[in-house]
Amino acid sequence: MRIPCPHCGERDVAEFRYGGDASNVRPSHGSGDLKQWHDYKFIFDNPQGPHLEYWQHVYGCRQWFKLNRNTATNEIVGGER
Amino acid sequence: MTAFKRIDKPSHINRTKQISFQFDGKMFNGFVGDTLASALLANGKTLLGRSFKYHRPRGIIGAGIEESNALLTTGSDGRTEPNTISTTAELKSGITAKSQNAWPSLNFDLMAVNQLLSPIFGAGFYYKTFMGPLKKSWMMYEPIIRKAAGLGAAVPDVDSARYEMRYMFCDVLIIGSGPAGLAAAVTAARSGARVVLVEQDFEFGGSILSSGSEELERWRKAQIAELEKSPEVRLLKRTTAQGIYDQNLAVLSLTPENHPALKITEQLRARTIIMATGAIERPLVFANNDRPGVMLASALRTYLNRFSVVPKKRAVIVTNNDSAYSTAFDLAENDVAVTVAEHRGTLSGNLLARAAQLGIAIFPNCGIADVIGEKQMRGVRLSGRHAVTIECDVLGMSGGWSPAVHLTSHGGIKPKYNEQIAAFIPGGFAKSHFGAGAINGTFGLLAAIREGDAAARAALPDSKKIKEFDLPAVREDRKYSIQPIWNAAEKSNEKYAFVDFQNDVTVKDIKGAHQEGYFSVEHLKRYTTLGMGTDQGKTSNVNALAMMADLRGLPLSQAGTTTFRPPYSPMTVGAIAARSVGLRFKPKRLSPLHDWHVAHGATFIEAGLWMRAWFYDWAGKTPEEAYIKEMELVRQNVGISDVSSLGKIDVQGSDAAEFLNRIYVNGFAKLPVGRARYGVMLNDDGVVLDDGTTSRITDTKFYMTTTTAQAGEVMSWLEYLLQMHWTDLNVHVTSLTDEWGGMAVSGPNSRRALQLAFPEIDITNEALPYMGVIEFKFEGVEVRVLRLSFSGELAYEVHCSADYTTALWEHILKAAELLGIKPYGLEALASLRIEKGHVAGADLDHRNTLDDLGLGKMAGKDKAYIGKELRFREDCQAPERWSLVGIESMEEGAKLRGGAILFAATDEIKGHGRGYITSVTWSTELNKYIALALYNGGLKHEGEDIICAFPLKNENVKARIVSPHFIDKQGERLHA
Amino acid sequence: MAKGYSIFSLAKHALRPSEPWPEAWEKPVPKSSYDVIIIGGGGHGLATAYYLAKDHGVKNIAVLEKSYIGSGNVGRNTTLIRSNYMIGGNTAFFEKSMQLWEGLSHELNFNCMVSHRGQMTLAVSPGQVDAFARRGNTMRLNGIDAELLDRNEVMKELPYLDFSKEARFPIHGAIHQPRAGTVRHDAVAWGYARAASQLGVHIIENCEVSAILRDGDKVVGVETSRGKILSNKIGIAVAGHTSHVAAMAGLRLPVESHILQAFVTEPVKPIVHHVVSWGAELFYLSQSDKGGMVFGGHIDGFNTYTQRGQFHRIQNVMECATTLLPFMSRMRLLRHWGGIQDMTPDGSPFICKTPIDGLYLNGGWCYQGFKATPASGTTFAYMIANDQEHELTGGFSLDRFEKGKELDEYGIGNWIYKQ
Repeated sequence: MRIPCPHCGERDVAEFRYGGDASNVRPSHGSGDLKQWHDYKFIFDNPQGPHLEYWQHVYGCRQWFKLNRNTATNEIVGGER
Repeated sequence: MTAFKRIDKPSHINRTKQISFQFDGKMFNGFVGDTLASALLANGKTLLGRSFKYHRPRGIIGAGIEESNALLTTGSDGRTEPNTISTTAELKSGITAKSQNAWPSLNFDLMAVNQLLSPIFGAGFYYKTFMGPLKKSWMMYEPIIRKAAGLGAAVPDVDSARYEMRYMFCDVLIIGSGPAGLAAAVTAARSGARVVLVEQDFEFGGSILSSGSEELERWRKAQIAELEKSPEVRLLKRTTAQGIYDQNLAVLSLTPENHPALKITEQLRARTIIMATGAIERPLVFANNDRPGVMLASALRTYLNRFSVVPKKRAVIVTNNDSAYSTAFDLAENDVAVTVAEHRGTLSGNLLARAAQLGIAIFPNCGIADVIGEKQMRGVRLSGRHAVTIECDVLGMSGGWSPAVHLTSHGGIKPKYNEQIAAFIPGGFAKSHFGAGAINGTFGLLAAIREGDAAARAALPDSKKIKEFDLPAVREDRKYSIQPIWNAAEKSNEKYAFVDFQNDVTVKDIKGAHQEGYFSVEHLKRYTTLGMGTDQGKTSNVNALAMMADLRGLPLSQAGTTTFRPPYSPMTVGAIAARSVGLRFKPKRLSPLHDWHVAHGATFIEAGLWMRAWFYDWAGKTPEEAYIKEMELVRQNVGISDVSSLGKIDVQGSDAAEFLNRIYVNGFAKLPVGRARYGVMLNDDGVVLDDGTTSRITDTKFYMTTTTAQAGEVMSWLEYLLQMHWTDLNVHVTSLTDEWGGMAVSGPNSRRALQLAFPEIDITNEALPYMGVIEFKFEGVEVRVLRLSFSGELAYEVHCSADYTTALWEHILKAAELLGIKPYGLEALASLRIEKGHVAGADLDHRNTLDDLGLGKMAGKDKAYIGKELRFREDCQAPERWSLVGIESMEEGAKLRGGAILFAATDEIKGHGRGYITSVTWSTELNKYIALALYNGGLKHEGEDIICAFPLKNENVKARIVSPHFIDKQGERLHA
Repeated sequence: MAKGYSIFSLAKHALRPSEPWPEAWEKPVPKSSYDVIIIGGGGHGLATAYYLAKDHGVKNIAVLEKSYIGSGNVGRNTTLIRSNYMIGGNTAFFEKSMQLWEGLSHELNFNCMVSHRGQMTLAVSPGQVDAFARRGNTMRLNGIDAELLDRNEVMKELPYLDFSKEARFPIHGAIHQPRAGTVRHDAVAWGYARAASQLGVHIIENCEVSAILRDGDKVVGVETSRGKILSNKIGIAVAGHTSHVAAMAGLRLPVESHILQAFVTEPVKPIVHHVVSWGAELFYLSQSDKGGMVFGGHIDGFNTYTQRGQFHRIQNVMECATTLLPFMSRMRLLRHWGGIQDMTPDGSPFICKTPIDGLYLNGGWCYQGFKATPASGTTFAYMIANDQEHELTGGFSLDRFEKGKELDEYGIGNWIYKQ
């Protein structure tokens, strides 16, 4: 797989680390109760299809970004800073 | 008796270059241009191996990658390779080859008795027996059955070969150099695109090499010559495209000719891929169709036209399509007597006329009833109304052709059945993939060339400008005219009509699988082992699927197909691992002080990727001996230790204090400049992520240290928070782990040592109190001195740029030499901290909460911090959680051991216990074994007697729960 | 106990080829309703149906499989079984599984080739020896077999490993579980299917569930590609696709789907007589009875439902193989494939009730689905039959993350942020 780093361009997936589902909304710092943090941290849609997710170009520019990838095909729809 | 001979006809072998080789201990000769198989055939060797299950004698079936029988062990000692495919192995001088899976010898194999048991030994046999008499009876049978496993043998010698991995890019990758592939490559090359042409053979040309046509040979050479002149073209012979992975990553296996590496794996990123992978001929399935001498018809043609090897006198061809007549005619033209058993009833006039001209007898409406002969066939009995027996040297069979659709299948596209050619073709091509020639079911040569040219034009932008293509001057393509016949055995239950040769799967096995309900393609394969051999069913899959479809009464198009998985052909494991093995498996991270340690008697130990100085020979020869002396040095005088592997992160920005205040459980907002603070950070789930010390250098600049193990995790985590969530904070983090080095100077004399080293600097207790930080320039080098202690003694950490770490280290050693300062290693470092009750890697894993480590009180009550919400989940606060305690041995001389399970003195020693020992040391201060442990309820049980159970060594040691702070509970030494 | 296969019946069929073997499992037309429906004809689903019929007297059971039985992970794993678990909620469950494996071929009258050849897990640091000791001690204290070996003992047993100075991570010792080993994976699916079928269970292949039908908070049936089928008790056992099926009942779960790749080499004569696994990196290898080396490593590491692995993971696994077992360099990789597995935040599974009445969940198996098959089947059957938890599966609940009762067997935490 090739991941388009929004800063460096397309690179092999081996240069990246995966950061999981980016569609769950993180409660802002100091807010949110146990249930909200639980749902944010542990519960996923896990769709077979388009999936918004975090990646870090860890062996490159070290920038994190969000990527829209189809989990059914591994086709990449796009990345955003 | 030999069945084959070499004739004088010109071909692709170079008769001026004779080479000798060894097979089963005897020497033979061949020529440059031969394969191992063609050279063996030329020498009359037809019995080359034994089959997997029945140990039936087997010879050569094919002339290429599809070969399922003629596998040999090649090489010797450190270069031995089992299961080499003799039909693709290039003949090299001095090569040694051995037959496989025969005992005691190829000619007389005792295991062939398995054939007598074949009525029982059918598909699924193992699943129905060997179950008794006892529960674990399989353990009795397995070793015997395992002995029969495998074909060749693996050799445990160290592999002396070198392997390489490389990474490349191109615009157009063309897989296969037959007529379609050559045409595609030339058209693509004319566009100026970066082209890679891949050919698994050691010659370009594919089917042209077997054609015997001078005009095609002229055309082939012209195309190659043009490609060789094109600067952007890479021509890769001896290269197999093994798989196509996501986003056009093609993985190629190369066996280079003039390169120190035995094999190279190339990861090629191609913008477009043209698959011109050709087709593989199918055998016909009839009784004893596995006898040596029974071969694919196309293979006979290859041996004739490419290698000048022909059957000695007489050949029979059996076919259901026109393609086999090329073989029949070519053989006849070379003085081999040919008879054709033709499954079809009617043939075209042209064929009949030419056959008559060449004196070829054709028996229509018949196939082969049986093959006569065992280790070498001697004749065939025709089926149908002819029922005659014909003596012959070889039998060439053609059941039609199967397009090599494997690579399209890797991407998840299912092949589809094409009725007209009775074969599976690609169910489509992915975007940027194209097919040309036989892979599409286009079996004619001129048609394939035209498709190759068209595919290249489709793959390229602006293709109209590319020069038109030259076709060879040959007659129009012959028709294919197949009439499928999947099971040509006379008896529907024929036990020796083989579908999968290597795995000995017969018509009877397929029928059995059907009767027992193993209908689905995958069940059929898994139950009978069909297609599971080294050839991965290249010749057997389609015949088997069709037979099953027939048995089920389904059209083949509805019966489903098998999924082809990479690699296309077996791929050497070492060539994928390439050079990242052994010492180079993972990089070694070295401290800037590493060379000094090496020069001064350090023994090293792996700590993650780091190599750390474990102990020094001044203190002893073994770690057990040395760490005690090194500990005494620190407790009584002063030692110096390398802590460069600690994670070091520079945190800067106007919001740096706020940032740290959020990620640590304890407060950092008000940390004064010039002070350091110990902090603990949690994950979102409230479990401890890491601990370390962070110092405030200026108002907006902090220096964070993390544990060695978690440095990378912490760095990524901080970046994640800043870049994805807290984008409003003005903070930058930079890893200094490799840029800075550090050393701990510890012991009651440490201040004196530093005063000797830096006489200009005021490091009195007042100027640099406990948890104080100073920064100064020493001989122009920026030096940071942090007064903190892991050992519990008066101690400092001295950090500076990695370039100067060794100089600074040597300077301190020299300046404080009179005090008796010496280096101490990781074992002593880790033991000193146990005495002090500091947790470290061994005590920490993702199961520990802040409270488990006795650090709950550190957390700010009124401040927000990461992990706060989930930290208070019900079970994370349960009173019976296992939390940190100290343990001291109550048995003189009895050792405490890491991993011991703890029980209260009155407990039955059974179950999961109440905790376990995380780390252990001999305490030089207390003169006994002490340990840190996690224990149910923690220090509530201080003073209680416990048992440390270690059943793996049958030990139960009496011990007592104590405070984890074994020494200097008041911290007087720290503050001295 | 199932019946019909023995050396005598083999001989009889050999002598009388005109009498064919019966179908291993029947292929009935689905009825309009059942007492229990199990969604998923993999190892766990088939085992559950078998134990429901055998131990709980449930007569009217259907297993609905969207493809052919065993088409999921039961036929895609590396066939290892072991019971070396040390966390309270795990130890007894996986040991129960091991005990069931021991008698499984007899029980099912189907030779699953349960091979107790032993597993050697190699420690690469003194700290790892301690960690393995904790595991081994806990196993022994719970009646499970375990031995601690030092470097020399390992060298004697596994002479083909790299004991040279060139070893990047020298071997310090090993923990050995003699009863661990391998099982012929497909046979487990077929054996359970055949035994369940003999007890009247309907195994319905090519039957894809498209909706879970509810009446308020209760399940009443499913919509399938072969029509509507009613039942008041439905068990989900579709690991890999758990989120997808649970979503049909409106549930969101602590599960993500990841690919785990597996590898097999060409067959060679026996050389590796144990299951070998490594402490330097997740890596495990055994040699099949047919002679191929069967091995694997980590998941690829990102959500995917494609069964296609990434090549850089393949590289990594080949590097592990060649580094630990140098002779592997000359072996040839014959085939590699991927399975989609449920990953949970703590690496442990679910066998539990759901907020919906009559809907039961079995999934989240991460790396350990295959070895758990028999115990998963018995305990899930118990739960469905009695509408209550089995004592061995109390920890495998959906609410454990809310309560902070993670079952983190290896102490690695949430794998999402791990590399």
